[in-house]
Amino acid sequence: MSTENIEKQEYNITVYTENQIGLLTRIAIIFSRRKINIESLNTSPSEIESIHRFNIVITETREVVQKVCRQIEKQVEVLKVYFNTNEDVIWQEMALYKVPTEEIAEKALVERLLRENGARVVVIRSDYTVFETTGHREETDMLITKLQPFGLIEFVRSARIAIIKDSEGFNRKLREFERREPGHEPIENEYLNKGAKVFTM
Amino acid sequence: MDTAQKEQIAQEPKASVEMTGSVALLEGLIAEGVDTIFGYPGGAIMPIYDALYDYMDKLNHVLVRHEQGGIHAGQGYARTSGKVGVVFATSGPGATNLVTGLADAQIDSTPLVCITGQVFAHLLGTDAFQETDVINITTPVTKWNYQITDATEIPEVLAKAFYIAKSGRPGPVLIDITKNAQLQKFNFEGYVKCDHIRSYRPRPHVRQEYVQAAADLINQAKKPFILWGQGVILGSAEQEFKAFIEKSGIPSAWTVLGAGAIPTDHPLNVGMLGMHGNYGPNVLTNECDVLIAIGMRFDDRVTGRLDKYAKQAKVVHLDIDPAEIDKNVKTTVPVWGDCKETLPLLTELVEAKQHTEWLAKFNDYMRQEVEAVIKDELFPTSDELTMGEVIQLVNELTKGEAIIVTDVGQHQMVACRYAKFNNTRSNVTSGGLGTMGFSLPAAIGAKYGAPDKEVIAVIGDGGVQMTIQELGTIMQFGVAVKVLILNNQFLGMVRQWQQLFHDKRYSFVNITSPDYVKVAEGYRIPGQSVKEREALKAALKTMIEHEGAYLLEVMVTKENNVFPMVPQGCSVSEIRLK
Ligand SMILES: Cc1ncc(C[n+]2csc(CCOP(=O)(O)OP(=O)(O)O)c2C)c(N)n1
Repeated sequence: MSTENIEKQEYNITVYTENQIGLLTRIAIIFSRRKINIESLNTSPSEIESIHRFNIVITETREVVQKVCRQIEKQVEVLKVYFNTNEDVIWQEMALYKVPTEEIAEKALVERLLRENGARVVVIRSDYTVFETTGHREETDMLITKLQPFGLIEFVRSARIAIIKDSEGFNRKLREFERREPGHEPIENEYLNKGAKVFTM
Repeated sequence: MDTAQKEQIAQEPKASVEMTGSVALLEGLIAEGVDTIFGYPGGAIMPIYDALYDYMDKLNHVLVRHEQGGIHAGQGYARTSGKVGVVFATSGPGATNLVTGLADAQIDSTPLVCITGQVFAHLLGTDAFQETDVINITTPVTKWNYQITDATEIPEVLAKAFYIAKSGRPGPVLIDITKNAQLQKFNFEGYVKCDHIRSYRPRPHVRQEYVQAAADLINQAKKPFILWGQGVILGSAEQEFKAFIEKSGIPSAWTVLGAGAIPTDHPLNVGMLGMHGNYGPNVLTNECDVLIAIGMRFDDRVTGRLDKYAKQAKVVHLDIDPAEIDKNVKTTVPVWGDCKETLPLLTELVEAKQHTEWLAKFNDYMRQEVEAVIKDELFPTSDELTMGEVIQLVNELTKGEAIIVTDVGQHQMVACRYAKFNNTRSNVTSGGLGTMGFSLPAAIGAKYGAPDKEVIAVIGDGGVQMTIQELGTIMQFGVAVKVLILNNQFLGMVRQWQQLFHDKRYSFVNITSPDYVKVAEGYRIPGQSVKEREALKAALKTMIEHEGAYLLEVMVTKENNVFPMVPQGCSVSEIRLK
């Protein structure tokens, strides 16, 4: 058994769904029932009108992720589920930081701070300033540490959004789904994936 | 005009007719071929009941005594008829009373469409009288659910509900309809059945290369072993299954819900799997070289300790639900698909064989089990009656033609182990959820689903007191079910565990009973109670021959245990005979 089956790591789960009230609950309880913490959840439109896309991040073993994904895909209004490790996706999270303008203007080398952290200013008011960064967790976290000494007032980070590197998008899949024939979706199976030698006894 | 054409026309949009949401709902049910509804009225579903008043000649509504009884009746109906069970309940308490049945139907893959009334749409979320968030309460225990707030949605949603409930791996669906939608008038454009939802793929594509891979494994096997479950019955694949095992000559064992898919007496039927299953099938699970699972889901009551389950075997798993593949037991070759479709393909590719020696092993173990357990259970020498001998006599008197609806506990295991089934859809029980109180209402539904069959509810003295109110339904509608109470004066199965695993510390397992014969009499149902062997057969005969409903209480040994038993946490091969 490969180590990814027993070692936990971050997985990015991408779910294509119909836009239906109640579906969020149906998906969420698949995790909560198994006592799996959802670390990040984003719902958004997809490349196709009327088709919704969920991005969910959990830290689990591959085996658990695979089982959970099959349960999600089983839901009537779910079209397709993919799961990927961080290496397989391009992902971003966005963060906003509110700091007192006076403090930051006086004590920090604002320009350098922004440049070094790929941040930009969203709002400047006399009482506070709001910065924004977009990037991976470590990057958004780093700026918190840096801003803490200047009296960080408020911090918020968005859910993760991720694009699958080797995905061709969902258009062709959808056309397949719209046909009446049974789906050709292969189901991953550890043994079959390894090919012929499995069947000799 | 042939029927297909007629159907086509019936489905073609007619000139639109103005009607209320309630009437459209009933029209839809009729279009789906529904003839029986189990239900209970109340404030939020009154418009539907009002519409029903004009449909009494077309829709047979059975007024149950509790919504849990209604949904279990719906389940019993679905299980014996193969059709979708339909249940009505009002909002709030009516709807929450359905939850146990929904969970039961979900885990046992029983097709149901439940309609609940809901408060007016403008009152949603205001804690209105009898408002509960039924959709969110039932989400984990339904295959699909939906709230309708506008009458125009009714035909389409109902069609979807029936399609989802019965296609693929069946399951319960709930539609919650707000009162305004029930009352609202709209232009009904005809009812079109649903046969496709783009996000829902009930029938996986069968991959021939996997069928071939499975056949190769089976053809090389020296000790192949088949486990079958309810999937064979749900897929109406009994004939295909029989053809497969007969050609391949492979010994086959069943899960509790698979019982009856082929006749009990079939020479390749080697018995029941699991915690109280037969000796051979459990022990030999850990000796076979290829395990072929068909329409079963490796429930923990079947597998015992997983890390010691069939580790030596290659596993072929035929299932319609892709989420079942590798869920509990790692599969070597998954053959996902409807087994009605996959089994013939597999049969075609397997070599005709007889595994005489291997089969003889099962029979050896069976002989040991007969000596150690079965003989005393079915033909006891002690004075007191056993549950097994009652079932044995039922077999004798009904010749295996009856539908047996069991509750949960020792009597359930005894009935499943010993009842003889000649026909499919004859064993109705709460398998996955183990719901006490299931049997009596489920038997009512079972009788409606198979009116020409003898339906016998086998119930413990604990379980019968959970839904005993349904005797009222039996009385009012003259449902000819036979109620057979096996009274051991204990919550027997829990007592057995307390005896075996808790040093006989009997904590709240003593249960007293009313005079059941008198209770039945109060409901105008004849009955009797027996405790002597001499009277037993005649009493059972009276019960079976009686035209209408009948209640028979049999006083059985108080402290008998069901064996064999795979203790929890043990491997199937550690099954105990005593
Ligand atoms: C609704 C519900 N509550 C509790 C249980 C736990 N339970 C399982 S078997 C059993 C005892 C059943 O006793 P009885 O109906 O007398 O049948 P017996 O085992 O004696 O045949 C109990 C309490 C259950 N399965 N279902």
